[in-house]
Amino acid sequence: MGGQTVSLVMAGSGGAGVVTAGSLLLEAAARAGWYAYMTRSSGPQIRGGEAAVMIRLGTEPLASHDDRFHLLVGVDWQNVGRFAAEIPLGPESLIIGDPGEGETPEVFTRSGAQQIALPMKALAKTVPDGRPNMVAFGAIAGMIGLTEDVVVGVLRDTLKRKGEAAIAASLAAFRAGVEAAADFPAVPRLPATQADTSERWSITGNEATGMGALRGGVRFVAAYPITPATEVLEWLAPALPKVGGVLVQAEDELASINQIIGGSYGGVPSLTATSGPGLALMTESLGLAVAAEVPIVVIDVMRVGPSTGIATKSEQADLNIAVYGLHGDAPHLVLAPTSVADCLFTTQWAVHLAESLQTAAIVLTDQAMGQARAVMPRSAAVSFIGQREKPAALAEGVQYKRYANTASGVSPMAIPGMAGYTYTADGLEHNETGTPSSQASDHQAQLDKRLRKLTGYNYGDHWADITGDEDADTAILTWGSSAGPAREALERLRAAGHAVKLVAVRLISPVQPEKFAEALKGVERVLVVEQSHSGQFHRYLRAQYDLPRQVKALHHPGPLAVRPGAIVEHITQWS
Amino acid sequence: MDACVKQRDYTAKDYKSEVKPIWCPGCGDYSVLAAITRALASLQLAPENVAVVSGIGCSSRIPAYTSVYGFHGVHGRALPVATGLKIARPDLTVLVTGGDGDGFSIGGNHFLHACRRNVDLTYIVMDNQVYGMTKGQASPTTDPDWEGSKLTPDGAGIESFHPLVVALAAGANFIARCSSSDPNNVADIITQAIRHPGFSMVQVLSPCVTFRPEQLEWKHMVRTAAVDVTDDAARAARRLMTDDGFNVGKVLYKGDRPAYQPEAKGAAAVADLEADFAL
Ligand SMILES: Cc1ncc(C[n+]2csc(CCOP(=O)(O)OP(=O)(O)O)c2C)c(N)n1
Ligand code: SF4
Ligand SMILES: [Mg+2]
Repeated sequence: MGGQTVSLVMAGSGGAGVVTAGSLLLEAAARAGWYAYMTRSSGPQIRGGEAAVMIRLGTEPLASHDDRFHLLVGVDWQNVGRFAAEIPLGPESLIIGDPGEGETPEVFTRSGAQQIALPMKALAKTVPDGRPNMVAFGAIAGMIGLTEDVVVGVLRDTLKRKGEAAIAASLAAFRAGVEAAADFPAVPRLPATQADTSERWSITGNEATGMGALRGGVRFVAAYPITPATEVLEWLAPALPKVGGVLVQAEDELASINQIIGGSYGGVPSLTATSGPGLALMTESLGLAVAAEVPIVVIDVMRVGPSTGIATKSEQADLNIAVYGLHGDAPHLVLAPTSVADCLFTTQWAVHLAESLQTAAIVLTDQAMGQARAVMPRSAAVSFIGQREKPAALAEGVQYKRYANTASGVSPMAIPGMAGYTYTADGLEHNETGTPSSQASDHQAQLDKRLRKLTGYNYGDHWADITGDEDADTAILTWGSSAGPAREALERLRAAGHAVKLVAVRLISPVQPEKFAEALKGVERVLVVEQSHSGQFHRYLRAQYDLPRQVKALHHPGPLAVRPGAIVEHITQWS
Repeated sequence: MDACVKQRDYTAKDYKSEVKPIWCPGCGDYSVLAAITRALASLQLAPENVAVVSGIGCSSRIPAYTSVYGFHGVHGRALPVATGLKIARPDLTVLVTGGDGDGFSIGGNHFLHACRRNVDLTYIVMDNQVYGMTKGQASPTTDPDWEGSKLTPDGAGIESFHPLVVALAAGANFIARCSSSDPNNVADIITQAIRHPGFSMVQVLSPCVTFRPEQLEWKHMVRTAAVDVTDDAARAARRLMTDDGFNVGKVLYKGDRPAYQPEAKGAAAVADLEADFAL
């Protein structure tokens, strides 16, 4: 976005080493001062199947993939065709294939892309221990303007342990690739930069989520593995003990959520991460956290559903369960990061809100942003740290009321160990002291206060990212990873002279009707963009907010990402 | 615990709340509540340093009837709540109370893993071989031919489950059985269970006088176990598998597995972790 970008894919069967080469390329590009955005696709095999790495590099921070890739390099073509829908190409694209590996699949060539042969395997054989993936790396590097000195540094650092011979072999294969591609047709070349990269990070969304949890003050995590959330937990496992925290592997998600409820009841900010199937199991206990007013944060890294769905691919279809999945009237927080980088802020903010408001927060990220790696500006520390209101000293003979019906709805919370404040936290409806009650008046009062504390809170400007033209009569409304392509579409539209504004909602629930109305002032038409089959976000907005008369919805299920071009087209062809 | 400075001498009454139990007159659970308060008094634990955690059922109502910190969660999930609490707050003494349905049916998986994980918890199960709260259905410990439930009028038809054998097999570090008809003995066993490190499993035969009135006979059927505690799991298993369920009053097995308690010891600043992401 902004600046110049180049988009490329390296694909090949298991053992072709495209993931390794892709990671090296990303690392080298980062050191060269470029920003990067990388996602991966792999076949259904548990280990070692075909894979594709999709990489976009640019001179400005990137939030999504482009509409099409400039370059596809197939180290071989075995089963690579199954990724075709995720690798859109056009007549301006270039496909590099190894003539020794057979024909380029028709699913790629029918795009009209230009084809060129690069005998990667044969070239690799000309160097002792040379590998075709390094030849591919060299060809790409040469074409996009990545200089050898940076690559040498990366190879030295990453292959240090394998020794000088391995470094030399990789470098020789790399050079063979650069040379062979020297007069290939042009793809966009990025300019060399003198950028200071000391304030940049290379981070995945799942890592950023983990970091946000720690920055927010989380020190207890219970974990049950599930794709694509496992990396959040695996990043936290060694990180937590370093900062005085603990992670426990639980026997299932019923256990993981109840363990964090226990940890948080004990006064330690607590979190778990899961995906759709795990969230479904957790819903009863989410209601417990709401009713007993125990702060917890649950990260749902969404994948294609329903049921086991497509475990490794992305979709934005857990919105309904996150918002409406709990039985009874159970107001709680639902938040969604709007980018890889924002996984950090939104998770940290979620911890802060859950602790301040003593309730359950669900954070909806997804596979696309969770497993994407971005080279981005270092995320600045913000001051949102979990802070629970503790009870003040009690007058002699006064009983502590755990669920006191306060004006704000937040009741100061004692933690075990505090003498004089013992109480029983309860999922049964209760009166102000926590004693179970089946009286209508207690139910009404507690429902009121649990809602009031959420609706009366000032969430500031963080409820949404609002960008674009303030006076625009057209707005794009979106959330989660669809915000990336929407941001790019916004820039393209504005560059073409269209006045448009973008509202990417971060705080899904509770709704913010006044701020929403303010954001949409003067807007006459709205395009709602999301990645779900039924248009869950669109329906949610319709139910909760006043929308302008003209509304269009652009939505399709995962795993295909929403592309910026589709958004641009919807807006420009709106008559 | 022992290091705590005693503010004053606590009596059993200090651990009881003002909340009036909803239990039927004659329910065995009254004695178990009394026994818990006596055990806490005998250990002189400050009420604020004790937590009682439960799920749902008649027996699971206990937390609110005590004056210590309590947590009354959802059906079947008491053990994970207690696990999280104890791991996050190792300084607390954590008791878990509940019924045979809560612990062995809906919460069965947590039961296995709590035994296996061996966190320092004391689990007190009031076994009345029935779902009392939902008005009398067969539980995992109900005999297969019990025809007293409208849900299974011809009997449950499936073998009952042996909680102590399962606890032993799954790795519980302390196993005892007692009867609510002898509250002093229950108090003594709970005291020992709290003192013993790791996961302690205490099965209390606690009659449901409303839906299993025949259990009033239990007080005549129980007998003090003739054997003494063993640390030999194979021997304990043999004894448990051959007894009729009415040998009570004794600790049956004590293991010496160290309790699971991951330490939260690092003192790095979160900012130090940023090095992971630097280019
Ligand atoms: C998820 C869920 N399912 C079912 C119930 C209904 N329910 C409440 S208590 C109970 C059984 C309790 O039996 P037990 O644990 O033996 O306790 P007792 O009442 O016998 O002491 C059931 C099935 C519930 N509360 N929650
Ligand atoms: S129903 Fe049974 S278990 Fe429940 S309180 Fe009455 S006697 Fe006790
Ligand atoms: Mg029962």
